[in-house]
Amino acid sequence: MTPSSSAARAGPLHALRVWWTMLAICLEERLVYRGDFALGTLMRFLPIVTQVFLWTAVFAATSRPDIAGYSRNDIVAYYLLTMVTRAFSSMPGLAGGISRSIRDGSVKKYLVQPVDYVGFLLAARVAHKLVYYAVAILPFAAVFFLCRGYFPPPPDAATSAAFLLALVLSFLLGFFMEATLGMLGFWMLETASIVFAYMLVQYLLSGHMFPIDMLAGIPTGVAGVSLADVVRWLPFEFTAYFPAAVWLGKVRGAALVRGLVIEAAWVLLMAVACRIAWRRGTRRYSAYGG
Amino acid sequence: MHNSANPGSPPSAAAEPVITVSGLAKDYRVFDKPEGLLASIRGLFHRPARVVEALRGVDLTVGRGEFVALLGPNGAGKTTFLKLLSGIITPSRGTARVLGHVPWERADDFRRRFALVMGQRNQLWWDLPAAESFRLHQEIYRIEPARFARIRDELVGMLGVRELILRPVRDLSLGERMKLELVAALLHEPEVLFLDEPTIGLDVVAQHTIHEFLRQVQTERRVTVILTTHYMKDVAALCERLVVITHGDILYDGSLAGVVDRFTTHKIVTLDFEEPPARASLERFGFPCEIRGPQAVLRIDRGRIADVLPDLLRGAGVRDVSVEDVPLEEIVAGMFRSAARPAEAVR
Repeated sequence: MTPSSSAARAGPLHALRVWWTMLAICLEERLVYRGDFALGTLMRFLPIVTQVFLWTAVFAATSRPDIAGYSRNDIVAYYLLTMVTRAFSSMPGLAGGISRSIRDGSVKKYLVQPVDYVGFLLAARVAHKLVYYAVAILPFAAVFFLCRGYFPPPPDAATSAAFLLALVLSFLLGFFMEATLGMLGFWMLETASIVFAYMLVQYLLSGHMFPIDMLAGIPTGVAGVSLADVVRWLPFEFTAYFPAAVWLGKVRGAALVRGLVIEAAWVLLMAVACRIAWRRGTRRYSAYGG
Repeated sequence: MHNSANPGSPPSAAAEPVITVSGLAKDYRVFDKPEGLLASIRGLFHRPARVVEALRGVDLTVGRGEFVALLGPNGAGKTTFLKLLSGIITPSRGTARVLGHVPWERADDFRRRFALVMGQRNQLWWDLPAAESFRLHQEIYRIEPARFARIRDELVGMLGVRELILRPVRDLSLGERMKLELVAALLHEPEVLFLDEPTIGLDVVAQHTIHEFLRQVQTERRVTVILTTHYMKDVAALCERLVVITHGDILYDGSLAGVVDRFTTHKIVTLDFEEPPARASLERFGFPCEIRGPQAVLRIDRGRIADVLPDLLRGAGVRDVSVEDVPLEEIVAGMFRSAARPAEAVR
């Protein structure tokens, strides 16, 4: 009668099994909607075309061979690579989904069942991404093949590995930042405007709009501190700029190692923040609402 | 609690207590939004807060294997009570133990041993067949594969939903979904089951199936069940014990039979005459509620019924007679009304 007799499997191994099952089920669920993003993915490349025209015009107007170390080809390659980074670090619907589950009460399920909500969200997001990549790989491959002329020769194995590591970390960073943001829903009814502000800051400061190196000359008013320095103190660059810069060989040696360590530290910090937000949030939810 | 002690007392005293609640109270702070734009702007700076006492210090003990119905008008505190017992919310005052645990500490050992089913809430994955949700529960609750398969087959067999578990949940009817929700909730063989309006919106057949199922589960597995409902049919079919909550207080706690004894003063006597009776001739027996053609319905004082009935039957041309208790709905509605109170004080 008591379920404890069936609790033979416990500990981290069991947690992994639960997580694996969640992943498998989320995968199945995502596959129901596989058609949705095949077209969407292709559409996302459209802004790139405008960027190519814009920078072609910029370089035509100047006699300089490069801007902040980026040639015209580098710039196009950079934009295409940030598309890859964003495919890892962007979390469409994550923050909104969390605050909605708080508002409509479906978050209760995770208070009643012996299951970890953050772990579940992570499994769901990994599944979301895996299905996305399975579909998106074709348009990505096509675009990269067509644009192969813009790219420098591929980097060595160590740099490629660092690039992959930076991408995985950017996925985790994006996940924990947005999940933490979504949990603000415990304190406020509507988080949409905060999420929007976050997206905006993220877009400007992540390097999604232009390589962060280009901010180096822009003063902030504080002596000796440029806008690029400010961006370097924030986590956003790791969600677009950093992995792309690694692939293009703009970050090397000690700077590369330091970058990866800082990125990992941000992941850890945001993971802890996410936990704290969940713990405090559920405590508050239990006390006031429910 | 002022009047939780009752003559028709709960059978729980003897059985091992599974749920013990004492002085449990929950206050909510609510902010009223006044009407009008100007008031809304003022509300940005100062919001008048009001404390609503959803539960005002409830005492309750439930023994293993009991099936308790929790009744009360909307907003009486039933759902708040279930949320407290399942650990979703923390109380403002008072204590509770369920299976030896303080629910709102949400220990995994506790969470593995109970289940909560809310009629309007989905624990099943909407776009996937229920079988997938069951598989996830198997992992979450650490159910051995062989045991899982046996219990699942047993439960779906009892509810007759075997062929539905492979169909996406979104394609199922409300009744079918509810049955599968119950299966999902019982897979880990919970010792305590909280049901919040499980039959809401279901047709008569589905209600009946769920009654049969719950009764069987409760007797065979000795599950302790607390059920909230608005349907007296649920109560009559399932529960020996009735707890009535109004305005956050327990108004009655006792047997189903006891509620009739305690809260009714009369019986309903229906008479079929050969000819339409005259109202005046009936009034000396009791209060004639309804006379329609040759049929008359009388309310007769319970204490007088044994004396009155022979006289009535000896009178002119009675063809048929039935004596019934006041319907449960009516008794409960009466209790709800009598407990009606003015709104909470503004603080």
